[in-house]
Amino acid sequence: MKITKFVNYALAAAVLVFLLLQQTAIQSSAKEISNDEQIIRISASTFEFNPSEITVKKGVPVTLELVSQDRHHGFKLPEFHLRADIKAGVVEKLRFIPDKAGTFTFFCDVFCGDGHEDMSGTLKVVE
Amino acid sequence: MKDLMNRRDLLKLGGMGVAVFVSGTTLAAGRGRRKESESFYFVQLSDTHWGFSGPNINPDSEGTLKKAVAAVNALDEQPDFIVFTGDLTQTTDDRKIRRDRMAEFRDIVSQLKVKTVRFMAGEHDASLDRGEAYQEFFGDLHYTFDHNGVHFIVLDNVSDPMAAVGEQQLRWLQADLKQMKKDARIVVLTHRPLFDLAPDWDWATRDGSAVIDALMPHPNVTVLYGHIHQEHHHMTGHIAHHAAKSLMWALPEPGSIPKKAQIPWNSSEPYKGLGFRDVEAEVAEARYEINEFPIGRAQ
Repeated sequence: MKITKFVNYALAAAVLVFLLLQQTAIQSSAKEISNDEQIIRISASTFEFNPSEITVKKGVPVTLELVSQDRHHGFKLPEFHLRADIKAGVVEKLRFIPDKAGTFTFFCDVFCGDGHEDMSGTLKVVE
Repeated sequence: MKDLMNRRDLLKLGGMGVAVFVSGTTLAAGRGRRKESESFYFVQLSDTHWGFSGPNINPDSEGTLKKAVAAVNALDEQPDFIVFTGDLTQTTDDRKIRRDRMAEFRDIVSQLKVKTVRFMAGEHDASLDRGEAYQEFFGDLHYTFDHNGVHFIVLDNVSDPMAAVGEQQLRWLQADLKQMKKDARIVVLTHRPLFDLAPDWDWATRDGSAVIDALMPHPNVTVLYGHIHQEHHHMTGHIAHHAAKSLMWALPEPGSIPKKAQIPWNSSEPYKGLGFRDVEAEVAEARYEINEFPIGRAQ
């Protein structure tokens, strides 16, 4: 009887340990994905993006956090069908999965002044 | 020079109802232009960017517009009217400088012999204040006028800094077109291209396709615009779009380099890529001939 009880406790403990390990594995996995997702803050001001060159990994989700330091700007990344208005004091988030490798141009598409036409940057997607 | 005077390289644009004569005709050349009621001509100047300063781009930034005015005044036969398709002035954040530049521009072009001059805004004139200063100097941002059987529609795709015509103006356009006969001769004058020429270079109108949709039922529509600082010809269906050169700096062909940049001044070929054009309207045939004129040292 005692042996049966012991076995039962041992089995229960084993199941508990298994479940804990599994949960840890799930959390670890989730943590890994979360770590992989790239959150990039881009600051817009007359007449530049900072940073203006961004490198991300193909297939890994990206969140862009866009904020203006001065006036109304725009952000357009045509190859990934992304655009947003960027206004001072408001963080605009754009999430996407870069599904193709290459170098792509993003630019301000709201006329903002004398240097507007130079206000652009590049997104590099690597394998 | 004499040879140049007589040379006209004719580019026939199939199906466009337009013949484009490229350069080669100096201002002194006799034109023998017909004056039948169904035929007339006008001059298009564009992207003068008065107030721009950049010695590497145009060391004659204060002289080029004046040369163009002198060149137009020297035409043997004066045009019926003149149009400026936007970016009259270089943009500035300073409200006073913006108005000073507009006043100076207005003074210079007041020297044109032809007094019927139609203006329109470019984003440099109107995007930072939604056209407030522009309207003080030059009037409405969008309007129509008629001349010898041709209906001209001036569209504003610049006072909205997001490069849109906007719902209100679209409704105005649709109402205007509704009054026109289907086969009316229509010329649209605007600043940005109405089609997606190079959106990543800001060479597009956000809702330009809606404008083109509104124009499509009319078989005789031609669009003249500026903004891209070079001669360019494109068809959307039966509608021909013709871009004009600048009078301040030239820009590269769309997509020819990774990042758009002004073409530097070439001292061995000064004023290269700059110029203006005349447009000869054969109204009965709904046909337009475009003659490109360079800006030269002697003018």
